[in-house]
Amino acid sequence: MSSFWGAWVTVITLAVIFGCTWLLFQTRKSETFKESTDTTVGHVYDGIEEYDNPLPRWWFQLFVATIIFGLVYLALYPGLGNFKGLLGWTSTGQWEEELQHAEEVYKPVFAKYAALSIEDLQTEENKSGLQMGQRMFANNCTLCHGAAGTGAYGFPNLTDDDWLYGGAPATIKQTITNGRNGGMPPWGPVLGEEGVRDVASYVLSLSGREVDPDAAQRGATQFQALCTACHGQDAKGTQALGAPNLTDDIWLYGGSFEAVTHTIRTGRAGMMPAHKDLLSDDKIHLIAAYVYSLSHN
Amino acid sequence: MSTATEHPTYNYRVVRQFAIMTVVWGIVGMAIGVFIAAQLVWPALNFDTPWLSFGRIRPLHTNAVIFAFGGSALFATSYYVVQRTCQVRLFSDTLAKFTFWGWQAVIVAAIITLPMGLTSTKEYAELEWPIDILIALVWISYAIVFLGTVKIRKTSHIYVGNWFFMAFIITVAVLHIVNSLVIPVSLFKSYSVYPGTVDAMVQWWYGHNAVGFFLTAGFLGMMYYFVPKQAERPIYSYRLSIVHFWALIATYIWAGGHHLHYTALPDWTQSVAMVMSLILLAPSWGGMINGMMTLSGAWHKLRTDPVLRFLVVSLSFYGMSTFEGPMMAIKTVNALSHYTDWTVGHVHAGALGWVAMISIGSTYHMIPRLWGKTQMYSVPLINAHFWLATIGTVLYICAMWVNGILQGLMWRAVNEDGTLTYSFVEALAASHPGYFVRWLGGAFFLTGMLLMAFNTWQTVRKGSRAPRVDSAAQTV
Repeated sequence: MSSFWGAWVTVITLAVIFGCTWLLFQTRKSETFKESTDTTVGHVYDGIEEYDNPLPRWWFQLFVATIIFGLVYLALYPGLGNFKGLLGWTSTGQWEEELQHAEEVYKPVFAKYAALSIEDLQTEENKSGLQMGQRMFANNCTLCHGAAGTGAYGFPNLTDDDWLYGGAPATIKQTITNGRNGGMPPWGPVLGEEGVRDVASYVLSLSGREVDPDAAQRGATQFQALCTACHGQDAKGTQALGAPNLTDDIWLYGGSFEAVTHTIRTGRAGMMPAHKDLLSDDKIHLIAAYVYSLSHN
Repeated sequence: MSTATEHPTYNYRVVRQFAIMTVVWGIVGMAIGVFIAAQLVWPALNFDTPWLSFGRIRPLHTNAVIFAFGGSALFATSYYVVQRTCQVRLFSDTLAKFTFWGWQAVIVAAIITLPMGLTSTKEYAELEWPIDILIALVWISYAIVFLGTVKIRKTSHIYVGNWFFMAFIITVAVLHIVNSLVIPVSLFKSYSVYPGTVDAMVQWWYGHNAVGFFLTAGFLGMMYYFVPKQAERPIYSYRLSIVHFWALIATYIWAGGHHLHYTALPDWTQSVAMVMSLILLAPSWGGMINGMMTLSGAWHKLRTDPVLRFLVVSLSFYGMSTFEGPMMAIKTVNALSHYTDWTVGHVHAGALGWVAMISIGSTYHMIPRLWGKTQMYSVPLINAHFWLATIGTVLYICAMWVNGILQGLMWRAVNEDGTLTYSFVEALAASHPGYFVRWLGGAFFLTGMLLMAFNTWQTVRKGSRAPRVDSAAQTV
C-alpha cells in the first residue's frame, strides 16, 4: 500500500470512530433531561410521538467501552494503513509460529517411522504408524478413493492388489508424491461407430464375457493395430503407462457394453493430483504404508 | 381489488399488492428452505436431479426469503409508512406500479434461472447480469418514489422510520450496482470486473451490508413505525434514535471484512473490520432499546395482543443476534465458528427471529387496515402462528449452535502425533441429529406461515370473525 492510501485508510477509519464518539458525547451533553421524562420533542407522525429521554447510562458506557477497545486494538495490531501495530503481529507470522511448533513437536514422531521401510511398517509393533497413515488418508484421500479405499467410478480401488501404475512401495510413494495423468485417446473418429462396437466386443471377450463372435473377430484385428502399443499384445496392460489390464474384469469406468464403447469412442483422462506440495515426505511415507497395507494385510 | 377500500389520499393499492406477495413469497422461500434442510437429513431427496440439487436450490432459498419475502415486506411497509408519516400520497403511482411488477419479474426470473444453474457465484448476488440490470432499474425507481414522497411531505420533520428506510434504499442501490459490475460474455454468463482478493472484499462488503442495510436498517424502519403504533406509546428516546442511526450506518459499512478473517485479505483490512464490528454493538442495540422501552407502560398489552408479541420477540432476537455478530467477528472466536453451522444459526437468528417476525407482525397490523376491516379474521390463529414461529426459531438456532461448536471443535482436534482426530465425514455424521432438529424448526416456522396465508385470505375475503376487541391490535 502506498503511503497515500495508508494515510487515507488511517484518516477515514479514525474519522468514523471519532465522529461516532463526538456524536455520542455531544448528544449526551445537550440532554434536556438527565432522568426519565414524559416530555416529548413535539413532533407527531401519524399519531406517533417521541420522548425526550436521555441516553440510557449503561448503553452509553457500553458504547464508550467498545470504542476504547477498538482504539487499543488498532494501536496493538495492524489496522491503521501502513502502521504495523505495537505488537508486530501478522497473520503470516502466527501461521509460521504454529508451523514451527508443529515441526518441533511432531517431527520426531514422524522421523521414527520415516526410518523404517514400508514393509517393516506393516508389522504389529509399528501399528501406530499405520494408524497415523490411516488418519491422514481419511483427510486427504477419501474424497476420491472412499473411506475404505475401495474407490468409485473413475477412482481406483486400492484394496484389490490390481494396480494401474504398480503396487510396489516405491511406486505407491511416487504416485502420491507426483500424481498421475492417465490418458486414453478417443478412437471414435478413427474406428467409426461400427469399429468401436467391434473392438468393445473383443475387449469384453478377453475377460470371458459372451459377445457376438463375428464382431469380436473383426475387433481383434483393429485391437492388434491400435491398442496393443499401450495395453500390450496380451492385453494385460502396461504399468509404466498406466494402461489397465483388460483381461481381469476390473473396470475403472464401468464394464457394461455401453461403458466400454463410450471409453473407446471418446477416450478417458484420469488424474491423480500431486501431493508433494501438500504433504511432507514423512507423511507421504506413512500414507503409502497404509495404502500398501490395504491390499497386503 | 375492490375500489371500496381505496384510501382517499394514499396509494394503498401497491401496498396491498406487496403485502399479499410478502405472504406468498414467504411461503415459497421458506418451503424451499425446509426442503433443502430435509436434503441435508435425507440426501436421497435430491432425486439425482441437477435442478433439485442443494447447490442450485440453496441460492434460490436465500434469494426468495431475503429479496422476495423480505423485499416485498420492505416495499409494502415503507410505502405504507412513508405516506402515513409524511401525510402525502406516493410521489409517483406509475413508478410505484413499476417497482411492484419489476420486482415480481426479478423474482420469477430467479426462480427460473437459479435451478438451471445460471449463477454469478456471488453469495446473495447470484443472479446474472440481465436480471441485475432490472434490479437496478427497479431500485432506482424505488428510490425516486420514496425520496420524492419524503420531499413533498406535509410534516415539518422526517420521521426516524423514514431515515432508516432512506439509508436502506440508497445504500442498497450503491451496493448492488458496485458488486454486480461484470463483463458479460453471453446473455447468461459474465465475469466480475474485480480481480481475486479485491473481488472477495467487494463481495463481502456487499454481502455484509445486505445484512446491515437490507436486513437491519430497512427492518428498523419498519420497527420504528409498527412498534409505537401497535403499542400506542411514544418512541422512548429521540436522542437515542439520532445517535444510533448515524453510528449504525457509519460503522456497518466497514464490517464486511470479518467474513474473510484468516484469508488472503490484508491484515489491516481484517483488523479494521473486526474493530468496526465490535463498535457496532452499541449502535445496533440502540434500536432494540428504543423499541423495547417504547413498550414501558404497555407491557400488559402483550397478554392480549399477539401482533405486539411478534414485534417484541423480534426485537429480542434482534438484540441477541446483534450481540452474537460482533462476538463472532472477533478473530479468535471466528477461528472456531467460521465455516461451521454456527454461522448458519446466527444468520437465522436474524432472519427468522428478527426479519421474519417483525415483517409478520407488521403485516398483521397492516392487512385489516389496507382492506378496511376491523381486525384480522382470527386472532387465535395469529397467536398460534406466534408460537409456531417462536418455537421454530429456537429449535433452529439451538440445533445450529450445537452443530457449529461441535464441528469447530472436531475440525481442530489433533492427536498426539499431530494428525487430525476426526475426518471431515465424522464431523458430518455427528451433525446429523442437529440437521434433523433444524429441519423440524423450519417446518414449524413454515406451518405458521400457512396459518398466516389462511388468515389473510379470510380477512381479505370476509373480514373479522370475532366481534371487535378493545385493543390496538384490532383497530383500524
